[in-house]
Amino acid sequence: MELHELKIHELHELLKNKEVSAVDVTKAYLERIKEVEPQVDALISITEEYALKKAEEADKMIQDGNINDLTGIPVIIKDNMCTENIRTTCASKMLEDFVPPYNATVVENLSNLGAVMVGKANLDEFAMGSSTENSAFKTTKNPWDLSRVPGGSSGGSAASVAADECAFSLGSDTGGSIRQPASLCGVVGMKPTYGLVSRYGLVAFASSLDQIGPLTKDVTDCAIVLNAIAGHDPKDSTSVDKMRKKDYKEFLKEDIKGIRIGYAKEFFGEGLDDGVRESIESSLKIFESLGAEIKEISLPYLDYALAAYYIVSSAEASSNLARYDGIRYGHVATNYEDLIDMYMVSRSEGFGKEVKRRIMLGTYALSSGYYDAYYNKALKVRTLIKKDYEKAFEDVDVIVGPTSPTTAFKIGERVEDPLAMYLADVYTVPVNIAGLPGLSLPCGLSNDLPVGLQIVGRHFDEGIVLNAAYAFEKACNFNAKPSFKGGAK
Amino acid sequence: MNYEAVIGLEVHAELLTKTKIFCSCTTEFGGEPNTHVCPVCLGLPGTLPVLNKKVVEYAVKAGLALNCEISKFSKMDRKNYFYPDLPKAYQISQYDLPLCKNGYVEIETSDGVKKKIGLTRIHIEEDAGKLMHENIDGSLVDYNRTGVPLIEIVSEPDMRTPEEAYLYLTKLKSVLEYSEVSDCKMQEGSLRVDTNVSVRPVGSNEFGTKIELKNLNSFKAVQRALEYEIKRQIKLIENGEKIVQETRRWNEQKGVTESMRSKEEAHDYRYFPEPDLVPIIVSDEWKEEIRKSLPEMPEHKKERFVSQYGIPEYDASIITSSKPLADFFEKCALEYSSAKTISNWIMGEMMRLLKDTGKEIDEVPIKPHQMASLLNLIDNGTITGSIAKTVFEEMFMTGKNPDDIVEEKGLKQLSNEDELREIAVKVIKDNPKSVEDYKNGKEKALGFLVGQMMKATKGKANPQLANKLLREELSK
Repeated sequence: MELHELKIHELHELLKNKEVSAVDVTKAYLERIKEVEPQVDALISITEEYALKKAEEADKMIQDGNINDLTGIPVIIKDNMCTENIRTTCASKMLEDFVPPYNATVVENLSNLGAVMVGKANLDEFAMGSSTENSAFKTTKNPWDLSRVPGGSSGGSAASVAADECAFSLGSDTGGSIRQPASLCGVVGMKPTYGLVSRYGLVAFASSLDQIGPLTKDVTDCAIVLNAIAGHDPKDSTSVDKMRKKDYKEFLKEDIKGIRIGYAKEFFGEGLDDGVRESIESSLKIFESLGAEIKEISLPYLDYALAAYYIVSSAEASSNLARYDGIRYGHVATNYEDLIDMYMVSRSEGFGKEVKRRIMLGTYALSSGYYDAYYNKALKVRTLIKKDYEKAFEDVDVIVGPTSPTTAFKIGERVEDPLAMYLADVYTVPVNIAGLPGLSLPCGLSNDLPVGLQIVGRHFDEGIVLNAAYAFEKACNFNAKPSFKGGAK
Repeated sequence: MNYEAVIGLEVHAELLTKTKIFCSCTTEFGGEPNTHVCPVCLGLPGTLPVLNKKVVEYAVKAGLALNCEISKFSKMDRKNYFYPDLPKAYQISQYDLPLCKNGYVEIETSDGVKKKIGLTRIHIEEDAGKLMHENIDGSLVDYNRTGVPLIEIVSEPDMRTPEEAYLYLTKLKSVLEYSEVSDCKMQEGSLRVDTNVSVRPVGSNEFGTKIELKNLNSFKAVQRALEYEIKRQIKLIENGEKIVQETRRWNEQKGVTESMRSKEEAHDYRYFPEPDLVPIIVSDEWKEEIRKSLPEMPEHKKERFVSQYGIPEYDASIITSSKPLADFFEKCALEYSSAKTISNWIMGEMMRLLKDTGKEIDEVPIKPHQMASLLNLIDNGTITGSIAKTVFEEMFMTGKNPDDIVEEKGLKQLSNEDELREIAVKVIKDNPKSVEDYKNGKEKALGFLVGQMMKATKGKANPQLANKLLREELSK
């Protein structure tokens, strides 16, 4: 087995036993990136020089006996998380040359543990999209089929893990942006409970929904990365401080006897691909065979989730993205008449189509006279959806279902139809609206493309989600890999 | 027809916290442009605000001092608009759930009528930066002030005259200074005033169309702008014209208000709850703790000054209307035995010079011990009372010690009998008319002659001695 094919915990064993050095590992991954990147286009920046320096530091840590689970492990960071002195673009022309003077808290945490950042991943511009086609720079391809999308918005993060360009990556998830691409690329992706991971340094899309999480090659790695990024940050007022720090690895047990697993009948309605449906149904059988109790539940307000999501997230985005005005940093117009014109030209040139669409949607929803009809109503729907879940969680411990209604779709297929694109997030969005933890892991193939199973838990109950996912992973034994081998374009 | 004005005021005051409202940058005034900044107050991508607890504490303190109800639960909201001095393109403020509400300020008008002016609300928010247009091609922005904490104090439309507005502002400033939440320096922009004014026929309960006035750089400017604006509005109504809702700017030089923008051009701020911050909870315990930390308020200080120092109530109310003035008085009283004399000097010379120079009390360099030295110089006969006024003025301007001024300018009292007698003789010789009047029983004529002696000695003659010598010479 090649180094780049290994999981975090496997690499860790080699590093700990000094069978390989962090520099060896980093070089192997940088080599792999050069080999596959021309076809996958998962990365906006390759941080080779920085990575080799960090790898040397990691080797020093290992020599000093300071090794931990992530020391010397190569990671790719979604390019909407700030990295000190390293360009952070959000895949937008607006921030093409933006170099932050600070690290996001998660980046800082990983760096302190000795993880080695080898690159920054492509995404839909400002994380708005479900296919990574909205990047201003490149379209990332799905390693399982290069003519298909990797999902989005963390498409670069998911594809880079699937293509073995790193051992793990970080993504951000506002309405499914970690779980949906994880599902389409056949990797594990988790959106933690809102408030578990600091958002400081994550360029905001929709502040009340955004959450950072891991994309990994298995559930064990997911727990390892979660350990590294979870916890209170005094720089983020919405990060929870009254939680006892947990070791999520403790939840990696195969025993799920007696766990009550719910599936919402609403998940199996119109728009769900037959292949996906079959995989999910057989997944439920696997859970049953493991001794879990399977129950049908109902989430009646689910139908309104997408509408509420697009109002709330766009409203917040319209405000969050207002700071890109060309005055202090970012793209600025060269020809303009006056101040207002400078704003308009800079923003018209700097933002892509989807971002403009969301800004207009959100501005409209917050406008005086429309606020109650849209924004306020959306907040009420949000409360109802939270209540739906609260009620469901009286009877079950986790809720499972499909992550995405379809497998990876063709590049260009939905570009002209935003509503079809928005439907890709129909199962993931309600989880953000309620602030719950959700994990997607591969559960089968449909027409040679991976299908993702989503497991949702109660607030801050990542433990039981990981427990169910781990047990399922062992029993399901999904070990298909993309046939893609890399090489020249 | 008779008209009355309906006036409401919006006051922004910077809070005296050491650090900004959402980051740990200093709030110090001045500094090279863009040196008191960090990624958070510059609103760089990915940064998040964290509310400074002291800001809430100070705002609650102001609220308690202004008789407000303190909300147990309030929240921050975003006010969205584009301007280069606003780095996030939204101001974090409070919209529908302000920290304090339903307070009042009590004023006393010149005809002695007491009146309560209601306060609708006090909320906390962040300040914006400053645009600089001077000596450059284009504009530059200084973000040092960005994120300095502000409270916005909104009054009810309870004022009916520009004088009431002036008195309200004076009282409000005094309470804020007293509670030590703001230094209220208008010249540094730490206190800013906007006003709304409309007119209506006396007796009407309806409101007229309101006009917002901006660019008011002093309390006097507020009063003058309101006087002008009320006349303008009445004239429009009497000419049968309609008042259009708009924002007008006070032009201090021309003494007129000028149109700035109409209602149609007004912003839609698209307020919504700030998702990056959690709600603000003020527990009863915390509120009481803050209440206990409130210093003595003007009313109490005034009463205490009357009873403790035996100064007249009127003097006490003027002196306590400004905390720095009251502090100056009290420190002087520690250094000098007669509080009444100090109060007379403050009410007389100090107030006159403050008015003439337009200075604020805290810009006056006189130290309390210097004030005491000056009064001692009078008491021990070194200088005359009238010379003391000259010395005081010099102290007011330069901050020099009174002894040094007396020395430098040779202002010591003349008490040499021979020297003064010579002058008395000359004065008698030069003023035969007054001498005759005096001899005919007009006592007043003696005062005139003493005055002439003072004039001849440039005020330095010992008045008692001058009096005595004149009498002696006249009776010869």
